[in-house]
Amino acid sequence: MSSIRILAGFAGAIALAIGGPALAQTPKRGGTLNFALSAETPHYDCHGSDTYATLHFASPFYSTLLTFDLPKYPGVKGDLAESWTISQDQKSYTFKLHKNVTFHDGKPLTSADVKATYDRLRNPPTGVVSTRKATFQDIVAIETPDAHTIVFKLKDINPAMMEHFASPWNCVYPAEKITADPQWPKTNILGSGPFKFVEHVKGSHVSGARNDKYFRQGQPYLDGFKGTFFSQSAAMLNALQGGQVLAEFRTISSADRDRLKQAMGDKIRIEESSWTLNLLVVFNTKKKPFDDVRVRRALNMAIDRWGGSQGLARTSALRHVGGLIRPGSPYAIDPKELEQIPGFQRDMAKARAEAKKLLAEAGVPNLKFVLHNRTIAQPYTPAGVFLVDQWRQIGVEVEHRQFETSPYLAGMSSGQFDVAIDFSNLFMDEPSLGLAKYVSSSKAPENRSGLESPEIDALIEKQSHIGDPTERIKVIRQVEKLILDSSHQVPLLWWHRIVATHTKLMGWEMSPSHNLGADLARVWINE
Amino acid sequence: MADVAIPAAAARPRRRNALLAFCIAQPLGAAGAIAIIVMGAAAIFAERVAPYDPVAIDFGAMLAGPTVDHWFGTDAFGRDILTRVIYGARTALAIGFLSSFLGCTVGAVVGVASAYFGGRTDMVIQRIMDILLSFPIIVLALVVVAMLGRFLVLGVDLNLILAIAIPMLPRVARVVRSSALSIRELPYIDAARVQGFGHARIIFRHMVPNVAAPYLIMFTASIAQAILLEASLSFLGLGVTEPTPAWGLMLSGNASDFYREAPWMILFPGLAISVAVFAFNLFGDSLRDWLDPKFKV
Repeated sequence: MSSIRILAGFAGAIALAIGGPALAQTPKRGGTLNFALSAETPHYDCHGSDTYATLHFASPFYSTLLTFDLPKYPGVKGDLAESWTISQDQKSYTFKLHKNVTFHDGKPLTSADVKATYDRLRNPPTGVVSTRKATFQDIVAIETPDAHTIVFKLKDINPAMMEHFASPWNCVYPAEKITADPQWPKTNILGSGPFKFVEHVKGSHVSGARNDKYFRQGQPYLDGFKGTFFSQSAAMLNALQGGQVLAEFRTISSADRDRLKQAMGDKIRIEESSWTLNLLVVFNTKKKPFDDVRVRRALNMAIDRWGGSQGLARTSALRHVGGLIRPGSPYAIDPKELEQIPGFQRDMAKARAEAKKLLAEAGVPNLKFVLHNRTIAQPYTPAGVFLVDQWRQIGVEVEHRQFETSPYLAGMSSGQFDVAIDFSNLFMDEPSLGLAKYVSSSKAPENRSGLESPEIDALIEKQSHIGDPTERIKVIRQVEKLILDSSHQVPLLWWHRIVATHTKLMGWEMSPSHNLGADLARVWINE
Repeated sequence: MADVAIPAAAARPRRRNALLAFCIAQPLGAAGAIAIIVMGAAAIFAERVAPYDPVAIDFGAMLAGPTVDHWFGTDAFGRDILTRVIYGARTALAIGFLSSFLGCTVGAVVGVASAYFGGRTDMVIQRIMDILLSFPIIVLALVVVAMLGRFLVLGVDLNLILAIAIPMLPRVARVVRSSALSIRELPYIDAARVQGFGHARIIFRHMVPNVAAPYLIMFTASIAQAILLEASLSFLGLGVTEPTPAWGLMLSGNASDFYREAPWMILFPGLAISVAVFAFNLFGDSLRDWLDPKFKV
């Protein structure tokens, strides 16, 4: 049984508390959706981004080969692909594309565009960042027998390949544009999605208008949309309460949920889910003293995750203690086993005494450093405040600096930080996807620690080709222990997602990932 | 020649009675001064007077109302609000004093130089001041802080100080210039010129000391404005960052999420800002009345 099937079998384990918009109603056409965006994308290139800010901004303009079938999550369905077949040896995937798809400039979308897109994703030209590079390393060849057929040849079995093809980050770009200028998608938008790009006013909003030539008959239902950027959650909540925006699709805090419920009554719809997202503490192993495993381990051990999870859950989106795989998902580590790993112990007095000893041994008993963090209040600020407090308890002095999304990401990518609060932004529970962030930095740009470890790489590669879930779990535990012992990047806490939408907003589907369902194709307004 | 008549100095009362006379003549100003002294003492001796560590998290005491243990209650991290208000005075006064000193001093020098040189120099400087004055204070500060980012030295953000100082500069320059224009026409300035003194000597030695009264008044008034501006910028997420205790910052973030359940989270920092601004304004107004001979008539 493949791990995909196992995952599908465990779908019920994903704690979705979906009230669920009434999909049975006949969608009404028209209207402009005003919604809130809590962060602004640093650029437009889906391939080089790992922040939801890019997807919530760009997804309505693009199509992907496959997409997640959210009511059947983690099941997938076709987007550009009309049908597909997988070879007997599971090393060849053939997709037939819809024939009536055009880009917004009127030119037809063909298999050549899909090939160029996946070539850019798996083997980006010099200067292009593809944060999905490691994900698609199993693809050895892409063939286009005709304009509407594309074949992916794999070097080995990859149980998660269909989910990878459904990744929302794989925006399909016009081959002509990315061949002429590989950097073109960073500053330009031209897709085949349900909405055409209208304008992006930096610091203000992004807007789109219905693509009347969208290949799915009758969709999208909306005339257009306007996504307004809100840097302050209080302002966003006021806008939601006042009806200026109908939704924010990422999350709100539990306190905000209660406030909205009280203020709006039956006019607000609240949906909750566990979340395929966690915050990580990343140490810059290229800088002293964080190149010393004793220092990293000491700082990791000083964090009381179990105590923090209880306190922070009341006031922030942070809630669940877990290892590298989302707690509660099929491949997650058992909590009892997790408690045995340094950094996840429950006896904090003992752990902190050990941490101080390690710092003294490393010659930095009075360590001082800067914690690089993001300005988004939820949950980056609470996480930063929490970590500063935890490290002070072992005598470490930390200066907390917060940056807007663009300089925050640039600082981490360029290695201009000591210790950072990073995020692992997944769209599904497939271990290969979660572990991709821990592949050596030279192969996976999203690993900002700078650590190179052939041993970790080999184990991550190994587990991705094991079909037997029991055997696979053994290798995953092995690599998980290795990574947590190395402590170059360690999970802080996993998130809990709460989305509030106005009840007149229909057709939007909740999932355990805020990266999914952002194309707005089936969204409509009931008024 | 420089020791000849200095009008402001002539009007000043005898030193030994000055403090008492000020308190009697300006009781509201004295009350403001006492409040400022209390805040200053709290800021300087925060480690001794604050009951808790300002950044220590205590999840067991989250969002607790005012009690004997926590007079002002606790915030969403269980941190003692009284402690953070006390430490917040340090942030407010440090940034308030430093930015006001910078803005007012540079503004005074620019104002005096503008008045002294007159002509085209005066015209150019004043048009630049007009441009700066055309921006609302908060907008100008926002632009500066957004452009410069953060530059921390000993825990104090020098760029934040600069961002608050720059909007003050033209206001002080304009007021000081008007005083300096009349001083420029006095005979001792002519005498200094005749003696061949350089411009710098005349400006710094003979003119600047004689605009001390308006400078001092603007300085005290600016501190209140600087405290308010720092609080506003921190509230908007552009000033001091968590977990540093700062009054404006205490009003934002979790406070805006929990003000219904825990109103003390916004009440006490808000009161601290109000009292500080009120105290400096009272003191500044009284000082103006006390130092300006026109108000003594």
